[in-house]
Amino acid sequence: MAAQYDLNDDHVVVIIGSGAGGGTLGNELAQKGIDVVILEAGPRIEYEDFINDEWASFSQLAWLDNRTTGGGWRVSKDFPNLPAWIVKAVGGTTTHWAGASLRFQEHEFKTLTHYGKVEGASLLDWPITLADLEPYYDKAEDKMGVTRTHGIEGLPGNNNFKVFKAGADKLGYKECHTGNMAINSGERDGRMGCQQTGFCFQGCKWGAKWSTLYAEIPKGEATGKLEVRPNSHAVKIEHDASGKITAVVYADKDGKLQSQKARLVCVACNSIESPRLLLNSASSMFPDGLANSSGQVGKNYMRHTTGSVYAIFDKPVHFYRGTTMAGIIRDEAKHDPGRGFVGGYELETLALGIPFMAAFLNPGGWGRGFTTALDHYDSMAGMWIVGEDMPQEQNAVKLHAELKDKHGMPIPDVWFTDHPNDIAMRNHAYKQGIALYDAVGATRSFPTPPYPSTHNLGTNRMSEKAADGVVNKFGQTHDVKNLFISDGSQFTTGGAENPTLTIVTLAIRQADYVAKEMAAGTI
Amino acid sequence: MVTLYEAKPGLSRRELLRRGTAIGAGALLVISGSAVISPQQAWGLETTALKPETMATLIQMARDVYPHDQIPDRFYAIAVKSHDELAAKDAAHKDLIEKGIADLDQKAGDGGYAGLGWEEERVKLLTQIEDTPFFQAVRGGLVVGLYNQKEVWPLFGYEGESYSKGGYMSRGFDDIEWL
Repeated sequence: MAAQYDLNDDHVVVIIGSGAGGGTLGNELAQKGIDVVILEAGPRIEYEDFINDEWASFSQLAWLDNRTTGGGWRVSKDFPNLPAWIVKAVGGTTTHWAGASLRFQEHEFKTLTHYGKVEGASLLDWPITLADLEPYYDKAEDKMGVTRTHGIEGLPGNNNFKVFKAGADKLGYKECHTGNMAINSGERDGRMGCQQTGFCFQGCKWGAKWSTLYAEIPKGEATGKLEVRPNSHAVKIEHDASGKITAVVYADKDGKLQSQKARLVCVACNSIESPRLLLNSASSMFPDGLANSSGQVGKNYMRHTTGSVYAIFDKPVHFYRGTTMAGIIRDEAKHDPGRGFVGGYELETLALGIPFMAAFLNPGGWGRGFTTALDHYDSMAGMWIVGEDMPQEQNAVKLHAELKDKHGMPIPDVWFTDHPNDIAMRNHAYKQGIALYDAVGATRSFPTPPYPSTHNLGTNRMSEKAADGVVNKFGQTHDVKNLFISDGSQFTTGGAENPTLTIVTLAIRQADYVAKEMAAGTI
Repeated sequence: MVTLYEAKPGLSRRELLRRGTAIGAGALLVISGSAVISPQQAWGLETTALKPETMATLIQMARDVYPHDQIPDRFYAIAVKSHDELAAKDAAHKDLIEKGIADLDQKAGDGGYAGLGWEEERVKLLTQIEDTPFFQAVRGGLVVGLYNQKEVWPLFGYEGESYSKGGYMSRGFDDIEWL
């Protein structure tokens, strides 16, 4: 049975956010017998209530609080108040994610070493290696039921994958399959197998895709050591005169401010809200925001180098049928500077329904050039590009100077401009994607610009030295011992891989560390 | 095996050809009192705040912004109807739309915007105003207003939700045959 803790109970661990990082960490700690309160800004919506309809689902799940944007990215022009497509609900963005679960490559933990200094980029080596994470990756893959690991069968290929694979073969790509997906190919862990429904982005109505909402949180609640408090939006983290964290102030479902005492706080609100919360928690002792002695809180905002390639054929594809992203080519994920850029990218199958295709194919586009593309929607195939982008200090989540939310806190202002390396990589990927579809007989291709970010990373980066970043190798802030970061904002650099598996992996590892240090009485 | 799905209930080739010879879709719309009526397709749209002539031209403009020859006018009418509703509540919006359409009519000369026979002529005028708040309000509204109508999805070959039918597991998720 789910626990219930008193606001004045100061021995609980408070986790802010219930997504890949927070939801996993909450369950892991509860399993170890630690009392946990998860504060979740959004409502609790069980998977039966998800909606197979793009806009209706977007209204149900998306984080729609006002945000502003700046910088050279096209998202800022086309969607000025929607920098990110992420979720405000229990389970966070693990309700929306596609399920692609890839390990980082060894060199991606040491980009400064392997790529060398890149002008304009703030590359830094992670303070951990692939070897450090391997045992935890293993646990994460098992927990999430990642296909093609632990003897779990791959998902069957849908129509979109078959076109993709035919093109990959023609181009001579060697590593192309239906992905390492945290989507059950058969019944596992009390959850059913994928029914090829599509609408993975709208929340899996079968519960076949791993989400903390139904795969982690109920298990944690069953221990009697976890309370998830929905509609609880954290606005400030408080500390005592010694600088130790003591409580989290949050707005409850009625907008009333409450204060939950805490022994230790883990921030896992995704890479826009996490730094925002630290910055909004500034005090006379920490005038630049909590854990910000390095000045790095909010800096180095990364979003992966993304883009899509859609193509039309003279025969039907029906690419929206089946698992949205069960298809990958990994050949371009390597670091091969001979291509004109450092780092690499993955190509993954992707489909959108008509409503989102209209919104995202070429935002702002109109006329027959645009509409004739949609006229052939049933003969369309599509892929997504996801590659490593360069961390840059000026790409940042800042506090808006004037605009405030309904609780009186400054809203986030998200700045991003592509690095020349990002542009070179995207152009290379567009070229490869178009060539792939050409090889299968495409009559027209569309190099489609990036959508609002789902992979928000890096704004509380992990570093060996306190001067270079916000957290140490366990996600513990350099400045405050009982304050941790547990989401993708810890990432020192982004890698080419979809980040969720690594976020979950870091959370499992962090849980071990937190439990050990708590037992030792150091925190 | 190729899985059949509900075929496009669009126009036949013959109908398409016939319609192609009509002079602007707007010419098919009749203004009666406060309503825009399509006698051939048997639908009407009552306006409350905008002039019905404005609404008729707006419907033509909507088709010119997102032209899909297989989509009948009534879907464009539904897509721009919200401008009338908004205009009833917001005088500034009413002004934006009325002035925007008046400006298009004026640019078009005798017979107004809807009187221009060729889509290319009308698009030329739209291109001149594409950065204006008026154009962006109309275009932006159409992205959801037109493409989020469930009734138009089959015209694009999009099947919509599939959960209630058990997904595509046995309904053709992998039925491609031409590769």
